[in-house]
Amino acid sequence: MAGTNNTPHVDVLRSPLGRARGLGSARAGSGHWWAQRLTALALVPLTLWFIYAVIHLSGASHQTVIDWLSAPLTLGLMLALIVATFYHLQLGLQVVVEDYVHNELLKVASVLLIKALSVLLALVCIVSVLKIGL
Amino acid sequence: MRDVRDALMVARNSEGKLVRRPLSPHLQVYRWPISMALSILHRVTGVGLAIGTLLLTWWLVAAASSDDVFDRAQWFMGSALGLLLLFGWSVALIFHFFSGIRHLVWDAGVGFDAPTYNTSGWAVLIATGACTVLVWVIGLAVW
Repeated sequence: MAGTNNTPHVDVLRSPLGRARGLGSARAGSGHWWAQRLTALALVPLTLWFIYAVIHLSGASHQTVIDWLSAPLTLGLMLALIVATFYHLQLGLQVVVEDYVHNELLKVASVLLIKALSVLLALVCIVSVLKIGL
Repeated sequence: MRDVRDALMVARNSEGKLVRRPLSPHLQVYRWPISMALSILHRVTGVGLAIGTLLLTWWLVAAASSDDVFDRAQWFMGSALGLLLLFGWSVALIFHFFSGIRHLVWDAGVGFDAPTYNTSGWAVLIATGACTVLVWVIGLAVW
């Protein structure tokens, strides 16, 4: 510990055992953090637009929705919203699982399941939107 | 006793009974400051919104199939259960939106002192209430 003797030492927040076992940070933390903020930032205007769109389309007929999504700007915004939303929610749910699930196998399995489901749902949304809009 | 350190956790209460000392910090012990409540709420609404994307996916899939399927989805959204889900989803989305902006401002290194984060916390709640009412008044008027 620091201050107990005068021998040169380095304070490392990981235990020597943890270091020897190679456990600890996966060194992917700042990338995850940054991606979560970036998608959050993108979702600020996209969410405002989406709330406006939902109000605009409340009780709309099928044809109205098809016409609405066929506009290139709407289609582009919708795709951006889908990608940002699923990317953001998958990052967020991963943090929640990592905070509360302490069993290593269950934790890894849950995170992988969340990522797989997010990708699948995002793809289903993208295909639906493209099928209508193109 | 599994661990010798447990001995330090045992004490007598005012009635002389042997009890375990409480661990700190603990949710049931403290009065909830607004920052703590909003932090938990941000996470809860985030998880709720993630589940809510199933509703969005269903609606988009329905819109990509036949008139009948889409009409059924639209009917469900307008039913009592559908409106309840949409209301919960809208409150969660609007709260997570404002609370998220508060988090982004913190990430920029601004607003960390107690008076500021208490004020911004209440501002998030007031903005959430006001905007939810506004969205539903406009939404129901248009519908």
